[in-house]
Amino acid sequence: MARPDTGKKVGWGAANTIAVALTLIPVLWIVSLSFKTPAGILDATFWPKQWTWSNYSSILQSSQFIRPLLNSIGIGVIATVIAVLLASMAAYAVARLAFPGKQVLIGMALLIAMFPAISLVTPMFNIERALGLFDTWPGLIIPYVAFGLPLGIYILSAFFREIPWELEKAAKMDGATPFQAFTKVIAPLAAPGMVTTAILVFLFCWNEFLFAISLTSTISARTAPAALAFFSGSSQFTSPTGPISAAAVVITIPIIIFVLFFQRRIVAGLTSGAVKG
Amino acid sequence: MSVQSQAATVRAAEQARPTRRGRLSEGARAERRLGWLLCAPAVIVMIAVTAYPIAYAVYLSLERYNLEIPSAVKFVGLSNYGAVLGSWYWWHALIVTLIITVASVAIELVLGMLLALLMHRTIFGRNTVRTSALIPYGIVTVAAAYSWFFAWTPGTGYLSALTGSSAPLSHTGQAIAVIILAEVWKTTPFMALLLLAGLSLVPEDLQRAAKVDGATAWQRFVRITLPLMKPAILVALLFRTLDAFRIFDNIYILTKGGNSTGSVSILGYDNLFGALNLGIGSAISILIFICVAIIAVLFIKGFGTAAPGTDTGRR
Repeated sequence: MARPDTGKKVGWGAANTIAVALTLIPVLWIVSLSFKTPAGILDATFWPKQWTWSNYSSILQSSQFIRPLLNSIGIGVIATVIAVLLASMAAYAVARLAFPGKQVLIGMALLIAMFPAISLVTPMFNIERALGLFDTWPGLIIPYVAFGLPLGIYILSAFFREIPWELEKAAKMDGATPFQAFTKVIAPLAAPGMVTTAILVFLFCWNEFLFAISLTSTISARTAPAALAFFSGSSQFTSPTGPISAAAVVITIPIIIFVLFFQRRIVAGLTSGAVKG
Repeated sequence: MSVQSQAATVRAAEQARPTRRGRLSEGARAERRLGWLLCAPAVIVMIAVTAYPIAYAVYLSLERYNLEIPSAVKFVGLSNYGAVLGSWYWWHALIVTLIITVASVAIELVLGMLLALLMHRTIFGRNTVRTSALIPYGIVTVAAAYSWFFAWTPGTGYLSALTGSSAPLSHTGQAIAVIILAEVWKTTPFMALLLLAGLSLVPEDLQRAAKVDGATAWQRFVRITLPLMKPAILVALLFRTLDAFRIFDNIYILTKGGNSTGSVSILGYDNLFGALNLGIGSAISILIFICVAIIAVLFIKGFGTAAPGTDTGRR
């Protein structure tokens, strides 16, 4: 093949640069804002003229941010663990077992993946108040598990189909029950798929906003994105722009690093259900 | 015949029935039971969180139920639906939602296709582009929305300063454009990744053969790449359309639905937490659910056999 000529190289280089710049600028802007002083925030320049950590120190001392951050982590982790566990059981059944009602399960998962969350907010608000789940961790964990399940069932059944199932048969021949074959042989092989699913479900929980503001009323269960929307300045005369930006950076940067670290798995997971289907 | 022997016959018949019907061996029956057992927890959670509340919402939507006057709860039939469908707010929110959905999905499809082609074809820096494309996907929507909100705030934002301290968020049309911009920025990479996966299924040989036959790059794209990518495009469009129709986070942060920029989701939220009207709120919930169902059915009709999940089900 001929070496690409200079003109082509410049063209692709320009296209690459534009694509990368467009994805980065809004992120750099919120980072820049988070380092601006209150005066700097009002000068409308892209980069701060004076850098300060004060926005970070103020939010990291505020229970209005720390508590929601802990809620986000706790709710996200618990919901992810439950969703991955239940989804891997169901996906195993879908990929491996013959049983009536399989189509119903798949249809149901597809339906829920498309479900408008807002349609559930009004009835869930009333149900959770009646059950005492309103503004508690389980009150958010339960809907998060339900919405993580379709994603998990799809990704995991796609992964489970790739597993060499002769091993399962071999285990059964050696006297393992179907359940033992599942836990001892298949589950370890399925671990990569489960990690991918866990990442995507956790990202969903971390990002979720509508349930988070509708089914909570105080910081006892409010997650970080929801808390951001209720931020106010340290006094009523200071605008909360700086603290909001710093909080946005705190909840965003770890996730971006996490996503970039697991990028192969995430791309595989996002596209597995879509293309193979 | 004694009652006891009759019962025994019935029991025997019951035991025999599955054997006669499906010739199920002991192993097949155990497999069946395990299948149901493994699916049961997932099914129970999904039904408890979606089917039950939506059924409850249907019931609530038939009542006059305002949390401020709980004593006045009364069955009123379809009058809540009449109130919603007869109000300008619903139709306005629906039109805004449709504009945002159509515009953002159309722009995302074009940009996503360009980005996918770039990631697929670029001769260097491919990994850098792929990595950076995941940043908008990974960022929390609310955080990204604040970035756009501050960027367009007069006196604070660089974009507002660049455009002569404009305040687009206080004009209906411009605010909707900013909402679409925020939505497109956040979700184009997702679209691009789905399209890229479809793009990698297009055989290189076919492209080369067409090139030898003198087809231009555009002809190859339209005649070969696009038709082969149709399933991937339809899946990406379905997911994104339904997602865009449910838009909430971006609007909530950017305008709170002010200046007539609210989507149907914002309308539902405001009705519950502003007016505390469970009856009307539930009617809105049901109407949104019906809209989403219509969109999904239209798409799945378009899919034909390529609907996601059909392959999963074949086994």
